[in-house]
Amino acid sequence: MQDDIFEIGGKKLGSRLFIGTGKYASDSMIPDVCNSTGAGVITVALRRVDFNAITDNVMQHIPSHMQLMPNTSGARTSDEAIRIARLARATGCGNWIKIEVITDNKYLLPDGYQTAIATEVLTREGFAVFPYINPDLYVARDLVNAGAVAIMPLGAPIGTNRGLRTEEMIHILIDEIDLPIIVDAGIGKPSQACQAMEAGADACLVNTAIATSENPVLMGKAFAEAVRAGRHAFLAKARGTSKWASASSPLTGFIRNHEGQS
Amino acid sequence: MIIKINGEELNFDKELSIKDFLETKKISADAVVVELNQNIIPLEKYQTTWLTHKDNLEILRFVGGG
Repeated sequence: MQDDIFEIGGKKLGSRLFIGTGKYASDSMIPDVCNSTGAGVITVALRRVDFNAITDNVMQHIPSHMQLMPNTSGARTSDEAIRIARLARATGCGNWIKIEVITDNKYLLPDGYQTAIATEVLTREGFAVFPYINPDLYVARDLVNAGAVAIMPLGAPIGTNRGLRTEEMIHILIDEIDLPIIVDAGIGKPSQACQAMEAGADACLVNTAIATSENPVLMGKAFAEAVRAGRHAFLAKARGTSKWASASSPLTGFIRNHEGQS
Repeated sequence: MIIKINGEELNFDKELSIKDFLETKKISADAVVVELNQNIIPLEKYQTTWLTHKDNLEILRFVGGG
Protein backbone atom coordinates (compact mmCIF):
# COMPACT_ATOMS: atom_id res chain seq x y z
CA MET A 1 0.00 0.00 0.00
CA GLN A 2 1.20 3.50 -0.77
CA ASP A 3 2.10 5.71 2.15
CA ASP A 4 -1.07 7.18 3.57
CA ILE A 5 -0.10 10.82 3.97
CA PHE A 6 -2.48 13.18 5.75
CA GLU A 7 -2.18 16.65 4.24
CA ILE A 8 -3.54 19.36 6.46
CA GLY A 9 -2.82 22.95 7.37
CA GLY A 10 0.07 23.07 4.91
CA LYS A 11 1.72 19.98 6.42
CA LYS A 12 2.13 16.40 5.27
CA LEU A 13 1.72 14.04 8.18
CA GLY A 14 2.70 10.40 8.34
CA SER A 15 0.63 9.74 11.44
CA ARG A 16 -3.05 10.34 12.01
CA LEU A 17 -2.66 10.35 15.76
CA PHE A 18 -2.31 13.79 17.35
CA ILE A 19 -1.17 13.90 20.95
CA GLY A 20 -1.32 16.33 23.86
CA THR A 21 1.10 17.43 26.56
CA GLY A 22 -1.24 17.73 29.54
CA LYS A 23 -1.42 15.55 32.65
CA TYR A 24 1.88 13.68 32.35
CA ALA A 25 3.34 12.62 35.68
CA SER A 26 6.56 14.05 34.29
CA ASP A 27 6.95 16.13 31.13
CA SER A 28 10.24 14.34 30.60
CA MET A 29 8.20 11.42 29.21
CA ILE A 30 7.00 13.51 26.29
CA PRO A 31 9.92 12.85 23.91
CA ASP A 32 9.52 9.09 24.38
CA VAL A 33 5.78 9.33 23.76
CA CYS A 34 6.43 11.36 20.61
CA ASN A 35 8.74 8.59 19.54
CA SER A 36 6.50 5.65 20.41
CA THR A 37 3.42 7.20 18.78
CA GLY A 38 5.20 8.55 15.73
CA ALA A 39 2.80 11.50 16.04
CA GLY A 40 3.65 14.67 14.14
CA VAL A 41 1.26 17.05 15.88
CA ILE A 42 1.21 17.98 19.56
CA THR A 43 -1.01 20.35 21.54
CA VAL A 44 0.01 22.86 24.19
CA ALA A 45 -1.83 25.49 26.24
CA LEU A 46 -0.90 29.10 26.99
CA ARG A 47 -0.91 30.33 30.59
CA ARG A 48 0.41 33.15 32.74
CA VAL A 49 3.89 32.60 34.09
CA ASP A 50 3.73 31.89 37.82
CA PHE A 51 6.58 33.93 39.29
CA ASN A 52 6.31 32.13 42.62
CA ALA A 53 6.70 28.64 41.24
CA ILE A 54 9.41 28.24 38.67
CA THR A 55 8.49 25.06 36.86
CA ASP A 56 9.82 23.03 34.00
CA ASN A 57 9.36 24.49 30.52
CA VAL A 58 7.25 22.02 28.55
CA MET A 59 8.74 23.28 25.30
CA GLN A 60 12.13 21.83 26.11
CA HIS A 61 10.56 18.36 25.97
CA ILE A 62 8.89 18.73 22.58
CA PRO A 63 11.04 17.51 19.69
CA SER A 64 11.66 20.24 17.13
CA HIS A 65 10.11 18.27 14.25
CA MET A 66 6.67 18.28 15.91
CA GLN A 67 3.97 20.60 14.59
CA LEU A 68 2.69 22.59 17.55
CA MET A 69 -1.04 23.01 17.92
CA PRO A 70 -1.62 25.56 20.69
CA ASN A 71 -5.12 25.53 22.10
CA THR A 72 -7.18 28.43 23.38
CA SER A 73 -8.21 26.65 26.57
CA GLY A 74 -9.32 29.11 29.21
CA ALA A 75 -11.15 31.23 26.64
CA ARG A 76 -14.79 31.91 27.54
CA THR A 77 -15.61 34.09 24.54
CA SER A 78 -14.53 34.43 20.92
CA ASP A 79 -12.57 37.58 21.86
CA GLU A 80 -10.58 35.70 24.48
CA ALA A 81 -9.89 32.86 22.05
CA ILE A 82 -8.71 35.35 19.41
CA ARG A 83 -6.43 37.04 21.95
CA ILE A 84 -4.88 33.73 23.01
CA ALA A 85 -4.42 32.66 19.39
CA ARG A 86 -2.56 35.86 18.51
CA LEU A 87 -0.33 35.48 21.56
CA ALA A 88 0.38 31.86 20.69
CA ARG A 89 1.39 32.77 17.15
CA ALA A 90 3.63 35.54 18.49
CA THR A 91 5.79 32.85 20.10
CA GLY A 92 6.87 31.87 16.60
CA CYS A 93 5.34 28.40 16.79
CA GLY A 94 3.49 28.69 13.49
CA ASN A 95 -0.09 29.44 12.52
CA TRP A 96 -1.97 26.40 13.80
CA ILE A 97 -4.55 27.00 16.50
CA LYS A 98 -7.09 24.74 18.15
CA ILE A 99 -10.06 26.84 19.17
CA GLU A 100 -11.64 25.94 22.48
CA VAL A 101 -14.29 28.27 23.87
CA ILE A 102 -15.78 26.88 27.06
CA THR A 103 -17.83 28.37 29.85
CA ASP A 104 -19.31 25.18 31.23
CA ASN A 105 -16.90 23.91 33.85
CA LYS A 106 -18.75 20.73 34.69
CA TYR A 107 -18.70 19.09 31.26
CA LEU A 108 -16.24 21.40 29.48
CA LEU A 109 -18.53 21.41 26.48
CA PRO A 110 -17.59 23.91 23.76
CA ASP A 111 -19.63 26.92 22.68
CA GLY A 112 -20.23 26.46 18.97
CA TYR A 113 -21.39 30.01 18.27
CA GLN A 114 -18.38 31.68 19.89
CA THR A 115 -16.11 29.12 18.27
CA ALA A 116 -17.46 29.97 14.81
CA ILE A 117 -16.90 33.70 15.36
CA ALA A 118 -13.30 33.11 16.47
CA THR A 119 -12.72 30.76 13.55
CA GLU A 120 -13.86 33.35 11.02
CA VAL A 121 -11.69 36.13 12.45
CA LEU A 122 -8.58 33.99 12.85
CA THR A 123 -8.89 32.42 9.42
CA ARG A 124 -8.93 35.91 7.94
CA GLU A 125 -5.72 36.61 9.87
CA GLY A 126 -4.01 33.63 8.28
CA PHE A 127 -4.36 31.03 10.99
CA ALA A 128 -4.97 27.36 10.27
CA VAL A 129 -7.95 26.94 12.56
CA PHE A 130 -8.93 23.64 14.15
CA PRO A 131 -12.18 24.20 16.07
CA TYR A 132 -13.16 21.88 18.90
CA ILE A 133 -16.93 21.38 18.88
CA ASN A 134 -19.86 19.25 19.77
CA PRO A 135 -20.54 17.11 16.70
CA ASP A 136 -23.36 19.31 15.47
CA LEU A 137 -24.01 19.46 11.74
CA TYR A 138 -25.08 23.10 11.68
CA VAL A 139 -22.12 24.30 13.75
CA ALA A 140 -19.84 22.27 11.50
CA ARG A 141 -21.35 23.91 8.41
CA ASP A 142 -20.82 27.34 9.97
CA LEU A 143 -17.20 26.39 10.57
CA VAL A 144 -16.76 25.29 6.97
CA ASN A 145 -18.05 28.71 5.88
CA ALA A 146 -15.81 30.39 8.45
CA GLY A 147 -12.74 28.79 6.86
CA ALA A 148 -11.75 26.07 9.35
CA VAL A 149 -9.15 23.61 8.04
CA ALA A 150 -10.67 20.70 9.98
CA ILE A 151 -13.48 19.97 12.42
CA MET A 152 -12.65 18.48 15.80
CA PRO A 153 -15.76 16.89 17.30
CA LEU A 154 -15.69 15.47 20.80
CA GLY A 155 -16.32 11.78 21.45
CA ALA A 156 -17.14 12.47 25.09
CA PRO A 157 -16.34 15.30 27.51
CA ILE A 158 -12.65 16.15 27.90
CA GLY A 159 -10.69 13.82 30.13
CA THR A 160 -13.54 11.39 30.77
CA ASN A 161 -12.17 8.38 28.87
CA ARG A 162 -15.78 7.53 28.03
CA GLY A 163 -15.17 6.80 24.37
CA LEU A 164 -17.31 7.58 21.35
CA ARG A 165 -20.53 8.57 23.08
CA THR A 166 -21.35 10.89 20.19
CA GLU A 167 -20.55 8.30 17.55
CA GLU A 168 -23.72 8.66 15.45
CA MET A 169 -23.32 12.42 15.28
CA ILE A 170 -19.65 12.08 14.31
CA HIS A 171 -20.71 9.75 11.49
CA ILE A 172 -23.03 12.46 10.20
CA LEU A 173 -20.14 14.93 10.12
CA ILE A 174 -17.94 12.39 8.33
CA ASP A 175 -20.66 11.92 5.71
CA GLU A 176 -21.75 15.51 5.27
CA ILE A 177 -18.78 17.78 5.96
CA ASP A 178 -16.17 18.21 3.29
CA LEU A 179 -13.31 18.86 5.73
CA PRO A 180 -11.09 16.49 7.69
CA ILE A 181 -12.80 15.23 10.85
CA ILE A 182 -10.42 14.83 13.79
CA VAL A 183 -12.04 13.17 16.78
CA ASP A 184 -10.89 14.97 19.88
CA ALA A 185 -11.65 14.42 23.55
CA GLY A 186 -13.10 11.50 25.43
CA ILE A 187 -11.32 8.69 23.64
CA GLY A 188 -10.23 6.38 26.46
CA LYS A 189 -8.97 3.25 24.74
CA PRO A 190 -7.12 2.40 21.53
CA SER A 191 -10.11 0.32 20.36
CA GLN A 192 -12.25 3.47 20.43
CA ALA A 193 -9.73 5.38 18.34
CA CYS A 194 -9.68 2.45 15.93
CA GLN A 195 -13.47 2.51 15.74
CA ALA A 196 -13.47 6.22 14.89
CA MET A 197 -10.89 5.71 12.16
CA GLU A 198 -12.70 2.67 10.75
CA ALA A 199 -15.79 4.84 10.40
CA GLY A 200 -13.83 7.34 8.32
CA ALA A 201 -12.51 9.91 10.77
CA ASP A 202 -9.34 11.47 9.36
CA ALA A 203 -7.41 11.55 12.64
CA CYS A 204 -7.74 11.33 16.41
CA LEU A 205 -6.36 13.59 19.11
CA VAL A 206 -5.58 11.73 22.34
CA ASN A 207 -4.13 13.24 25.48
CA THR A 208 -5.61 12.01 28.78
CA ALA A 209 -5.82 8.33 27.86
CA ILE A 210 -2.11 8.24 26.98
CA ALA A 211 -0.77 10.63 29.60
CA THR A 212 -2.60 9.16 32.58
CA SER A 213 -2.03 5.49 31.78
CA GLU A 214 0.54 3.64 33.85
CA ASN A 215 2.84 3.40 30.85
CA PRO A 216 2.29 6.37 28.51
CA VAL A 217 5.02 5.27 26.12
CA LEU A 218 3.41 1.87 25.59
CA MET A 219 -0.11 3.28 25.55
CA GLY A 220 0.99 5.80 22.95
CA LYS A 221 2.26 2.96 20.78
CA ALA A 222 -1.05 1.11 21.24
CA PHE A 223 -3.00 4.18 20.14
CA ALA A 224 -0.76 4.69 17.13
CA GLU A 225 -1.29 1.10 16.02
CA ALA A 226 -5.03 1.33 16.62
CA VAL A 227 -5.33 4.52 14.59
CA ARG A 228 -3.33 2.96 11.77
CA ALA A 229 -5.39 -0.25 11.87
CA GLY A 230 -8.64 1.70 11.79
CA ARG A 231 -7.43 3.83 8.91
CA HIS A 232 -6.38 0.78 6.90
CA ALA A 233 -9.75 -0.85 7.57
CA PHE A 234 -11.52 2.27 6.35
CA LEU A 235 -9.43 2.38 3.18
CA ALA A 236 -10.03 -1.35 2.64
CA LYS A 237 -13.81 -0.71 2.65
CA ALA A 238 -15.44 -3.35 4.83
CA ARG A 239 -18.46 -5.17 3.41
CA GLY A 240 -21.84 -4.73 5.06
CA THR A 241 -23.37 -7.08 7.61
CA SER A 242 -25.91 -9.81 6.98
CA LYS A 243 -28.57 -11.41 9.13
CA TRP A 244 -27.81 -14.87 7.74
CA ALA A 245 -24.65 -16.87 7.59
CA SER A 246 -22.55 -17.02 4.46
CA ALA A 247 -20.14 -19.94 4.34
CA SER A 248 -16.50 -19.12 3.93
CA SER A 249 -15.68 -22.68 2.85
CA PRO A 250 -17.11 -24.42 -0.26
CA LEU A 251 -20.54 -26.02 0.20
CA THR A 252 -19.67 -28.92 -2.11
CA GLY A 253 -17.40 -31.94 -1.90
CA PHE A 254 -18.11 -32.83 1.72
CA ILE A 255 -16.92 -36.16 3.06
CA ARG A 256 -19.94 -37.93 4.52
CA ASN A 257 -20.85 -41.43 5.70
CA HIS A 258 -24.43 -41.24 4.48
CA GLU A 259 -25.03 -39.35 1.24
CA GLY A 260 -28.10 -37.20 1.12
CA GLN A 261 -28.14 -36.50 4.82
CA SER A 262 -27.47 -33.08 6.06
CA MET B 1 4.74 53.34 40.04
CA ILE B 2 2.21 50.53 40.10
CA ILE B 3 2.15 47.99 37.30
CA LYS B 4 -0.29 45.14 37.04
CA ILE B 5 1.63 42.03 36.05
CA ASN B 6 -0.30 38.83 35.41
CA GLY B 7 -3.21 40.22 37.36
CA GLU B 8 -1.21 41.28 40.40
CA GLU B 9 -0.41 44.90 41.21
CA LEU B 10 3.29 45.41 41.89
CA ASN B 11 5.05 48.54 43.07
CA PHE B 12 8.31 49.65 41.48
CA ASP B 13 10.42 52.59 42.65
CA LYS B 14 12.50 52.95 39.50
CA GLU B 15 11.99 52.73 35.78
CA LEU B 16 12.32 49.36 34.16
CA SER B 17 11.89 47.78 30.77
CA ILE B 18 10.19 44.47 30.03
CA LYS B 19 13.64 42.93 29.69
CA ASP B 20 14.63 44.28 33.11
CA PHE B 21 11.57 42.80 34.73
CA LEU B 22 12.13 39.38 33.15
CA GLU B 23 15.72 39.44 34.35
CA THR B 24 14.68 40.17 37.93
CA LYS B 25 12.50 37.07 37.78
CA LYS B 26 15.17 35.01 36.01
CA ILE B 27 12.85 34.31 33.11
CA SER B 28 14.32 33.61 29.72
CA ALA B 29 12.94 36.17 27.28
CA ASP B 30 12.53 33.69 24.46
CA ALA B 31 10.46 31.31 26.62
CA VAL B 32 7.60 33.76 27.02
CA VAL B 33 5.23 35.94 25.06
CA VAL B 34 4.40 39.38 26.37
CA GLU B 35 1.35 41.57 26.05
CA LEU B 36 1.39 45.18 27.28
CA ASN B 37 -2.01 46.86 27.60
CA GLN B 38 -3.39 44.19 25.26
CA ASN B 39 -0.74 44.81 22.60
CA ILE B 40 1.67 42.00 21.82
CA ILE B 41 5.28 43.13 22.25
CA PRO B 42 7.79 41.42 19.98
CA LEU B 43 10.87 39.89 21.59
CA GLU B 44 13.22 42.41 20.02
CA LYS B 45 11.39 45.26 21.74
CA TYR B 46 11.59 43.94 25.30
CA GLN B 47 14.70 46.00 25.95
CA THR B 48 13.32 49.25 24.61
CA THR B 49 9.79 48.98 25.98
CA TRP B 50 9.63 50.85 29.28
CA LEU B 51 6.91 50.21 31.77
CA THR B 52 4.87 53.13 33.03
CA HIS B 53 2.45 53.68 35.89
CA LYS B 54 -0.78 51.67 35.60
CA ASP B 55 0.49 49.53 32.74
CA ASN B 56 -1.08 46.11 32.44
CA LEU B 57 1.50 43.49 31.57
CA GLU B 58 0.79 39.86 30.77
CA ILE B 59 3.63 37.39 30.55
CA LEU B 60 2.65 33.98 29.24
CA ARG B 61 4.23 30.74 28.21
CA PHE B 62 3.26 27.37 26.88
CA VAL B 63 2.35 24.67 29.35
CA GLY B 64 1.11 21.13 28.97
CA GLY B 65 -2.40 20.91 27.53
CA GLY B 66 -4.65 18.87 25.31
